[in-house]
Amino acid sequence: MKDFAQTRPVPRAINWNRIEDDKDLEIWNRLTANFWLPEKVPLSNDLQSWSRLTDEERTLTIRVFTGLTLLDTIQNAVGAPALMPDAATPHEESVLTNIAFMEAVHARSYSSVFSTLCTTAEVDEAFRWSAENDHLQAKARLILDEYDATASPLRRKVASVFLESFLFYSGFYLPMHFSSRGRLTNTADLIRLIIRDEAIHGYYIGYKFQRGMEKLTEAERQEMKDFAFGLLFELYEIEARYTEELYDPMGLTEDVKAFLHYNANKALQNLGFEALFPDEACRVNPAILAALSPGSDENHDFFSGSGSSYVIGKTVATEDEDWDF
Amino acid sequence: MTPLAFYSSRSGNTARLIDRLGLGGTPLPPVGDPPRMDAPFVLVTPTYADGEGRGAVPKPVIRFLNHAPTRALLRGVIACGNRNFGETFALAGDVIARKCGVPVLARVELAGTETDIIRIRAGLSHLFADLEAPCSIPA
Ligand SMILES: Cc1cc2nc3c(=O)[nH]c(=O)nc-3n(C[C@H](O)[C@H](O)[C@H](O)COP(=O)(O)O)c2cc1C
Ligand SMILES: [Fe+2]
Ligand SMILES: [Fe+2]
Repeated sequence: MKDFAQTRPVPRAINWNRIEDDKDLEIWNRLTANFWLPEKVPLSNDLQSWSRLTDEERTLTIRVFTGLTLLDTIQNAVGAPALMPDAATPHEESVLTNIAFMEAVHARSYSSVFSTLCTTAEVDEAFRWSAENDHLQAKARLILDEYDATASPLRRKVASVFLESFLFYSGFYLPMHFSSRGRLTNTADLIRLIIRDEAIHGYYIGYKFQRGMEKLTEAERQEMKDFAFGLLFELYEIEARYTEELYDPMGLTEDVKAFLHYNANKALQNLGFEALFPDEACRVNPAILAALSPGSDENHDFFSGSGSSYVIGKTVATEDEDWDF
Repeated sequence: MTPLAFYSSRSGNTARLIDRLGLGGTPLPPVGDPPRMDAPFVLVTPTYADGEGRGAVPKPVIRFLNHAPTRALLRGVIACGNRNFGETFALAGDVIARKCGVPVLARVELAGTETDIIRIRAGLSHLFADLEAPCSIPA
């Protein structure tokens, strides 16, 4: 060949009937089945509830949502695309395009909330606030620096899982808190759709990280693990300050921090690592847990309750043709 | 004979939970013939539902439970999942409980917390102590 170093090779046409990694197809199928748009949620039903919030609560909500918008914007425009050249299979690349697009849907959803509930001036002020907030900018900076570091595909995945499975939760806390008190319940429904998507994103990128780790030597694995725990710690420090700034006035900081610890541990588990924070630091308010998964705590677990109010199974439409009975 | 059977996909959360429980367990293979059980056991399974709750129980678990004599020995299910899936959190446990008439013993997120491990170990040891002393089971 001549000096064609600058010329990109023609990619192989993607064949979805030859799968190298079953997870790619499984996740593609789930993500596409879960596709949604904000129009699906009747946000205007929250207008009355919104008008009953205090000024302070309204400002906090809009600020929190602009912070979340920033993270989704980053993941849409930089994060998911940055993972594409690292893809181990062509199907992984396709899944990442789906993830990238859904991040745009998430970012767009917050603006739907704004246009339904808020005035233009309030929203403009909040976007200015997020562009100038040191903590928000610092966490974005840390993540972007990892995305831009060309050397390590696995470090990029660590940063991405921390964004997907950890950094969003200081923000997600607030609509779950309101929802547990019967406020802004439609907005909470929309946020739960986003939370479900982020769960699959964090899971999938973490899964690919684990496949990559298998190819490293023991020493390299240890180094990667040290990097991951170090980055989490740096991000946690910022999140703690961000949380105090936002939630101190409402007296919710300690509650939010327990939620942060709990989610940090889950982010590490997505990467295949053990927890960092001890269980005592992760006692999330049960009302928040119930808001995350409504209905799922109605039945007693045999091992945790007396068993007296125990019911065998709830009725759910979950037929699967593979069952023989 | 270990009293646990479990399925875990390549993300490995359920396998890590089983490891940490330290009680052993019969793994269900992702493809091929499922093992058959010959003594009372507890099943540990993740949940993989779509937004409507479809497909919550992994296929290898369904194939395993389709064998009636194995199913007859099932004493309970420990359901793994992630609360971030909302209403379908640990749904596989509810589906299996309903179809097989057994209790959901515990719901666990991902590979579980230390508290989960302690709770499950204690719960299992009670359960199997009861099973080994049939006279103590009320009619
Ligand atoms: C596509 C997909 C769908 C999932 N659906 C659910 C669900 O409906 N409910 C739930 O509790 N967890 C759900 N999960 C989370 C898994 O159950 C959880 O990550 C589990 O630890 C996986 O176990 P494994 O790594 O042993 O396969 C889902 C995960 C994925 C990737
Ligand atoms: Fe997102
Ligand atoms: Fe995401």
